[in-house]
Amino acid sequence: MWLNPANPQLDKKGQLHHLLTLEGLPADILWQILDTAKTFVSTRVKKVPLLRGKSVFNVFFEPSTRTRTTFEIAAKRLSADVINLNVSVSSQSKGESLLDTVDNLSAMHADMFVVRHGESGAPHFIARHVAPDIHVINAGDGRHSHPTQGLLDMYTIRHYKKDFSSLRVAIVGDVLHSRVARSQIHAFTTLGCPEIRVIGPKTLLPAHVEQLGVHVYHDMRQGLKDVDVVTMLRLQNERMQGALLPSAQEFYKYYGLTQDKLALAKPDAIVLHPGPMNRGVEIDSSVADGKQSVILPQVTFGIAIRMAVMSIMAGNK
Amino acid sequence: MKIHIKGGRLIDPRSGVDAKKDVYIAAGRIVSIGDAPSGYTANRVIDATGLVVCPGLVDLAARLREPGFEYLATLESEMEAAIAGGITSLACPPDTDPPLDEPGLVEMLKHRAQNLNQARVYPVGALTQSLKGERLTEMAELVDAGCVAFSQADAPFADSLIFYHALQYAATFGFPVWLRPQDPALARHGVAHDGPVATRCGLQGVPVCAETVALSTMLILARETGARVHFARISSAEGVELVRRAKRDGLPVTCDIAIHHAHLTEMDIGYFDSNCRLDPPLRSQRDRDALRAGLADGTVDAACSDHTPVDDDGKHLPFAEAEPGATGLELLLPLTLKWAEESGTGLSAALARITSQPARVLDVDAGHLTPGHAADVCIFDAERPWRVTPDSLKSQGKNTPYIGHEVKGKVRHTLVDGQIVYETR
Repeated sequence: MWLNPANPQLDKKGQLHHLLTLEGLPADILWQILDTAKTFVSTRVKKVPLLRGKSVFNVFFEPSTRTRTTFEIAAKRLSADVINLNVSVSSQSKGESLLDTVDNLSAMHADMFVVRHGESGAPHFIARHVAPDIHVINAGDGRHSHPTQGLLDMYTIRHYKKDFSSLRVAIVGDVLHSRVARSQIHAFTTLGCPEIRVIGPKTLLPAHVEQLGVHVYHDMRQGLKDVDVVTMLRLQNERMQGALLPSAQEFYKYYGLTQDKLALAKPDAIVLHPGPMNRGVEIDSSVADGKQSVILPQVTFGIAIRMAVMSIMAGNK
Repeated sequence: MKIHIKGGRLIDPRSGVDAKKDVYIAAGRIVSIGDAPSGYTANRVIDATGLVVCPGLVDLAARLREPGFEYLATLESEMEAAIAGGITSLACPPDTDPPLDEPGLVEMLKHRAQNLNQARVYPVGALTQSLKGERLTEMAELVDAGCVAFSQADAPFADSLIFYHALQYAATFGFPVWLRPQDPALARHGVAHDGPVATRCGLQGVPVCAETVALSTMLILARETGARVHFARISSAEGVELVRRAKRDGLPVTCDIAIHHAHLTEMDIGYFDSNCRLDPPLRSQRDRDALRAGLADGTVDAACSDHTPVDDDGKHLPFAEAEPGATGLELLLPLTLKWAEESGTGLSAALARITSQPARVLDVDAGHLTPGHAADVCIFDAERPWRVTPDSLKSQGKNTPYIGHEVKGKVRHTLVDGQIVYETR
């Protein structure tokens, strides 16, 4: 399989062969995925035969329940055979190299790998080494990318806001360690969103983040002013106190989303969170469960997005 | 053995000679340049028409991986790579296993190298025992065994006081100390320049201040102790500027860069190319341009290969897990020529950065062509292109960002002590 060296996700027809990152994906592919997902949402069918006879391997080098489950549901609704491999507790602990694991799984005639790995770039590495007819879908790698999460966020935003071309969006919290933030930023940029803001303390923003095309705010009240969409990022437990942040309490006070801070955004602003949430750390329960929250619809749309990605790839020969 | 090198363009940066001149060699030494000594009959005439004849190259950093890492490379394989790259003198850092921290190990390495009769090996001894940064090594004994300088490689000192004492002790004897300026805490877990590429790829960054904080401390301690300090592998614009200012202030410091840092930037990482996992990391274009300017204006004294053979197991991994380093012995000359061509630097000035100037840093009698001195010579075709492939490299290390690239400049003959040790069409 010849893949475009400048964008190793695309085959020679410019079609999606792997989904590794949203960076550099053409807008028409993003729209195609969003439109396809919409048909799955609106028809509400529980089972379609698009992936009948195909095997989808969920290869998770890092524990995950939610993402793995939604991929599993999506694949099953497409009639695929699904194999879940929790590699973090099997071969890796026996010292098998990633390359050997990939070779072995390829030899089991998989059609699709859904990969989660703790190291940024691991899915790119796997995509370079799998048999040419196998598709690789990145289900989250290190701090780099979580493309299906970024897509389901776009789906959710499109569902409520219809159009990206006049949106002001804010991404709040631990951008430094967030693959969700990076995926959203690339997707927003490609879909024509005119103003993307990131909000957080300097210790949680990566170097030169403005070069990704975002405006940086350290004051959350300023950053939230008149925005249409707020994405709250999860703060990992191990980062709540230490050298990056003094305490979860102080973080909540300055960067937690509360009703009064949300009031600075547009009255019809929506609130997203990739989950799992830390209530009382990055988000207040009254916001998480409030009427502006679209956190549960995100989960529902997540299945449709994953169905869309898998069915499009399976159709691209 | 008398060898007559005929018809070549002789470039000797130290004496400033750049002219069509013949070289006459007898009994391992250069006997004459220009005219044949009376009664001289050569056993062998090397036709160097259309070729450049220059001093054998001097490389300030080549990891030969012995002792301890023979699975990555052996002295045999890497010495062969050195002479294929025109390198006749090389310094090897002490980060072997065990580190070069006691005279027996150094003698063994020197002895093994001498038996191979190829390039001259100058071991750089460990500054502290086992490179742990805690107790000083027997530096004077190590010098007697053959060490030319001392280094802590990439290992940290336990604290600043031990570092201070190590410099004081080395300064007592006038031994040079080679330091890689990188603050271990600021560089912790870092795998790429802390710039837009690391941000985009989600890789842990090594900020420029990891280099400048360490450099500032080292410069102050060098001034305080009077130690002769050489800075290895400067990677940033700010780093070059600190050295430039120190030199202007009269501090007797020197520095080098890895030649690939004169060409590549963080952008070359692309989609996580582990061949670009290097230490120090590839930095921004601005940093690269400053390194090139420093090399041109003499702030940077020498370019080295920073040769680090890594096998496929060490590179076929996700970027952050891959071992840093690239093979470099056979690319030092072509990449220096590439820099010369792109920057408009004359051939003689460019060759000075890989011959006479590193020899001055090493403080050894090498890197020049002078009657009465050892005939270490590199004869190369400056225009000849070749493709870098695993098969084209003699080194056991096959991984480099340049794999698959075409480079210009092919070594045709290498002489050490007046003996032809390498020769190819």
